[in-house]
Amino acid sequence: MTEILGWLQAHQQMVYIVILSIFLGVEVIGRVPSVLHTPLMSGANAIHGVVIIGAIIVMGQADSGNYLALILGFLAVVLGTLNVVGGFVVTDRMLEMFKKKK
Amino acid sequence: MGISLLTLAYLIGSVTFILGLKMLSHPDSARKGNLIAAAGMIIAILGTIFLYENEGKKLGNYIWIFGGLLIGTIIGTLSAKKVKMTAMPEMVSLFNGMGGACAALISMVEFNHLQHQQFMVSGAPVGGGTLLAIVLGLIIGTISFAGSMVAWGKLNGRIKDFSFPGQHLINIGLLLLILCMAGYLVWQGGEVSSFYFYLIFILSAVYGIFFVLPIGGADMPVVISLLNSFTGVAAATGGFLYDNPVMLTGGILVGAAGTLLTILMCKAMNRSLQNVLIGSFGGNKAAASGGAMASGGTYKEITLSDAAMVMSYANKVIIVPGYGLAVAQAQHTCHELEKLLENKGVQVQYAIHPVAGRMPGHMNVLLAEADVSYDKLHEMETANEEFKTTDVVLVLGANDVVNPAAKSDPSSPIYGMPILEVEDAKAVIVNKRSMKPGYAGIENQLFYQPKTSMLFGDAKKALQDLIAEIKNI
Repeated sequence: MTEILGWLQAHQQMVYIVILSIFLGVEVIGRVPSVLHTPLMSGANAIHGVVIIGAIIVMGQADSGNYLALILGFLAVVLGTLNVVGGFVVTDRMLEMFKKKK
Repeated sequence: MGISLLTLAYLIGSVTFILGLKMLSHPDSARKGNLIAAAGMIIAILGTIFLYENEGKKLGNYIWIFGGLLIGTIIGTLSAKKVKMTAMPEMVSLFNGMGGACAALISMVEFNHLQHQQFMVSGAPVGGGTLLAIVLGLIIGTISFAGSMVAWGKLNGRIKDFSFPGQHLINIGLLLLILCMAGYLVWQGGEVSSFYFYLIFILSAVYGIFFVLPIGGADMPVVISLLNSFTGVAAATGGFLYDNPVMLTGGILVGAAGTLLTILMCKAMNRSLQNVLIGSFGGNKAAASGGAMASGGTYKEITLSDAAMVMSYANKVIIVPGYGLAVAQAQHTCHELEKLLENKGVQVQYAIHPVAGRMPGHMNVLLAEADVSYDKLHEMETANEEFKTTDVVLVLGANDVVNPAAKSDPSSPIYGMPILEVEDAKAVIVNKRSMKPGYAGIENQLFYQPKTSMLFGDAKKALQDLIAEIKNI
């Protein structure tokens, strides 16, 4: 318990970021028209692909002899990239079709 | 210098995510918002690769990193470009699962790393917070991955709805078990064997599967949106793990926005999230269809030539598209019919239910693809006014969103859901492949009403035949 409390104190900036981001996330999309629900979901899907950064760090820090870490890390980079690239491209394709009509 | 540049890169990344989400929620700026977020993502990724330092050490294994990025980019771009617009909800689910799996893999490698450090080198206890972030990342990421895969399979028809009595109790028990084991693992400071860690992984995967399996296909949009926000939180645990602000803001933003979006979707169906997740359609399907079947009665079919006649001599026709239009890829044919009727002086409009298809906005995207003009699309409230002055409503593969039971039958599972009140029109033509109930698994009284007539067949085929008939008149 003390460990967790200590960690909380050491990371209080992060905790503040989390709390503010929660409110921001809710506010920012608060008035989205239902037409845009699908593209928005897809766009948000691409943004959480930011997890790729963790994968890159894991990959970059793996010892060259540790094959388990290398393989899992490599897989993580591939999957994370899929999430990011696929997410943004699909979203753009959806929105491209909306654009034509304007 | 490098590190402070990285801070700047992360700051830019975070700001673009916020701006991107903001712009994505307005029609005019949506596309630009997506591109801005993508640009921010590239800056954050490149910054991480070249500038990241941990205790003075830069990242290595560049070949592996760039190899992975390259493979992921090629596969991601190709599959995203190739996917048909109708299969798009599946695609979002699939990409979401990839993100979840990525978070789970990171946790595995970090746990492995931690164990090596702890037992081989120092012997010092691991900070509870670090372990907590790792275990949470594993649990949430795995649930999101397994759940998304099931949702993906369900949407493309590979996995059928499946539930057994007491499944929800088992699910809750499973979740409690996972949480208890995770608590124990963290409490012990990771000194227990990795057995628990991998058991948590397996149980989370099982939970993810059981969590989505009993939920009906009609509720998949809600589930995907929820899993989307799960993955966001999983990404954020990575942010805690590496003290990485951009992962944290990106992850939490999506977690919060995704949760709100989920709730908005539930609201469109006039149900609570709990109702969607626990009171799944699967559970009371048998009872509901049994009751309605008895009062079913007879329906009448309409021939193509009659349908063509009725529509071309109408003053106003409203088309109600549903999932059937999407599976049949009939959006272009539908637009063709619309133009043909307009040339004959018929006023043609579309009525879009907020949850028609498999995702909110699904129909708008499809019809936009077929060049249907924006101002012909009516949202539910305006459409319900329009029906009163409409001669013919053509329902194309929609079912539950036009089911009057949602207004009149309190025992119906969809009771209270706002619907398109097509029975206000003078005549209703329903195109369906068969009399089989829709996704909610309940009978539709609309089909048995005197003013309704059925036009059976695949939506695209039926529309093509209809167009040919109208041209003949």
